Amino acid sequence: MVKRIFALILALLMVTALFVGCGSDKNEKATNDSEKVVEENKSDTPDTQPKEKEAEPVTIKFIQNSANGGREDVLKSMIDNFQTKYSNITVDYEIIPWNDYYTKLNTVLSAGAEAPDVFEVGYENFAQYASKGLLKDITDIVASDSEFKTENMKKLAFDAYKFDGKQMGICTDFTGCIMYYNKDLFDSKGLEYPNENWTWEDELEAAKKLTDESKGIWGTVSPLQVYEFYKTIAQNGGSVWGTDGKTVTVNSKECVEALQWMIDKSYKYKVQPPFTSDIYTQPDADWRAFEEGKIAMLRNGTWQFGEFEKNAKCNWDIVLEPGNTQKAHHFFSNGLAMYKNSEKGNAAWTFMKYMAIDPFVVNTRIEENWNIPVLNDDNVMSAYYKKTPPESKKVATDLLDSLVLPPLGPIPEKWAELQQVLGEELEKAKYGKVTAQEALDAAKEKIEKLLQ
Amino acid sequence: MVGESRLSKGLVILTFLLPSLIGLILFNIIPIISSAFMSFTDWDMLTNPKFVGFQNYYNVFFNENSIKSIVNTLKYVVGFTPLVICFGLMLAILLNIKITGLDVYRVIFFMPVVISWVVVSLIWIWLYSPDSGIINYLLSLIGINGPAWLQNEHTAMPAVIIASLWKDVGFAAVILLSGLQNIPDEYYESAEIDGANSIKKLFYITLPCLTPILFFLIVTSLITSFQVFDQVFIMTKGGPFGSTRTIVQEIYENAFQMGKVGFACAQAWLLVVIILVVTLVQNILQKRWVHYESK
Repeated sequence: MVKRIFALILALLMVTALFVGCGSDKNEKATNDSEKVVEENKSDTPDTQPKEKEAEPVTIKFIQNSANGGREDVLKSMIDNFQTKYSNITVDYEIIPWNDYYTKLNTVLSAGAEAPDVFEVGYENFAQYASKGLLKDITDIVASDSEFKTENMKKLAFDAYKFDGKQMGICTDFTGCIMYYNKDLFDSKGLEYPNENWTWEDELEAAKKLTDESKGIWGTVSPLQVYEFYKTIAQNGGSVWGTDGKTVTVNSKECVEALQWMIDKSYKYKVQPPFTSDIYTQPDADWRAFEEGKIAMLRNGTWQFGEFEKNAKCNWDIVLEPGNTQKAHHFFSNGLAMYKNSEKGNAAWTFMKYMAIDPFVVNTRIEENWNIPVLNDDNVMSAYYKKTPPESKKVATDLLDSLVLPPLGPIPEKWAELQQVLGEELEKAKYGKVTAQEALDAAKEKIEKLLQ
Repeated sequence: MVGESRLSKGLVILTFLLPSLIGLILFNIIPIISSAFMSFTDWDMLTNPKFVGFQNYYNVFFNENSIKSIVNTLKYVVGFTPLVICFGLMLAILLNIKITGLDVYRVIFFMPVVISWVVVSLIWIWLYSPDSGIINYLLSLIGINGPAWLQNEHTAMPAVIIASLWKDVGFAAVILLSGLQNIPDEYYESAEIDGANSIKKLFYITLPCLTPILFFLIVTSLITSFQVFDQVFIMTKGGPFGSTRTIVQEIYENAFQMGKVGFACAQAWLLVVIILVVTLVQNILQKRWVHYESK
């Protein structure tokens, strides 16, 4: 009778029970296999025993989710190429659908013995795992790798996978948010296109001229939710956490101003649709409106490139987002981390590095339009920049130079809760229930409660 | 011969039952029991669980979000259950009139029941749009400036209830219709001879004969409405400002997004108890108003 409720609990438990069960099987098999291989090797070449230590066959276990839903073959080609290149390393990998991924990852990590050596992880979860001590500190492995130079990677993205000053993972690829603009609308009003030096003020001035209610055209559109908020306050020099990383400063003057600006675009200047309008409340309506030529400037993600290339009925390009006192952008990252008890340190790092910077992987990513590599090497990346539209493709990686990370603060394990309390207060402000100041005062109080 | 002694009979039965028994034990009984244990821990799926006594149960009643979700769920139950029965009954009576194309009407009203909640929710999000939604357009024709249904904390829950009614009323109607068709025509004939009008026939024949079906419907719709989740999660995600977040959504979010598995289990068990009590009370009350035809 109470099936559906139990279904939830069941799902949870079964996931645990099953995966723990399956995991142990596999692991046993894996160790058995590797033992066997070792044995075989010994018996095959008994005379040339201590020849090369590196050539000893290693199997690393790897799980990830981002190849699910169409990119399975792409990942396979990357791993096949890796195994050809490093013939002693075998990658035993598994692709898990996004919806189940973190449940499964949590389960195998807490089960310990069944954990993968390397796994894919977004920044938010990375920090959570790192804070719970589940990740291996690879600082020394990275430092001792003479082939790997950190300068080859975009610094802020690479540093994102540091925790407490220790390198605990590597960012492999990302999608980010930038500003799209409709060139035709700018042309029709004889306005200059936005450029990287624009500020909020410039955006507002242009938006005022571009908004044409009679034609249903809006000057600018930006969503108002937690991710957009933490980036926008950064554009005004604000942040959720103070410089000590512990004080909640979400109601500082800079933050309130920024939130006020986000709201004023809709209700004071009327250059942006009201937050109850279709563009904000119907699924996918914002970017579809942009495709229809109804929006002059839209803050949205790099994942729209392919969609806009195919379906946008206007000429468009991208530009770094205008900032107020400084530039700030946010991203959604994929990275690889190593389980704390993994004994395959060097082999695992070789694979992690390969997935981040190897030219084959990078080029495959670019060809397949599979997120953006975090490489800081214009020679390799030129293939990416040349793939237009958008003409200003380089903006997509330039945004990493002013990257701000999700404000996890001292409580990465409570990020979901922080998002909920902050999100609710932002919602109250955007629907006009409370003022920006009141909303952020309340948010501060609720976030401080999470600290206890 | 097989089944001759008691023991071998039992073995045969067990063999046939074994496949489903294993499933039942593995997927239902063990998880139910262990969720009870988990509700006394602070398990976060990552680190080893610690025993916390009744802390989770205390939080269920004193955590702001938890209480809010219970209140929201009650609002939904109180708004939805009586209406779905009333409208279902009216619809069943209409569908019981013998007119041409009856089957077509029955199919039309039953259609929403079989459509997935995802589709239905997306359609209703559109219907409720203050910009392009047909509901506010119709309201504007009679001079009413409709609200932003799903973005307003006063109208969001009613909006969800209305959408749920549209989807589920067909189910109630079909069940009641089967009950209506089981009422012998002789009852109505003799009532007519005694001079009963249609109102009297409704209250003295139709409704009393339907009470077993009504009882079944009330019990099942109360249970399903305590578990309301899909439509709310898609239409409002619990918003605005948490005004439509229900218990099941709380359980889901606490367990799978916030890693508070122990707390979520406690909430789940609270829901079990609520539903159990409500159903038991109904079982006691039914003796007073449900008439079973004794043969």
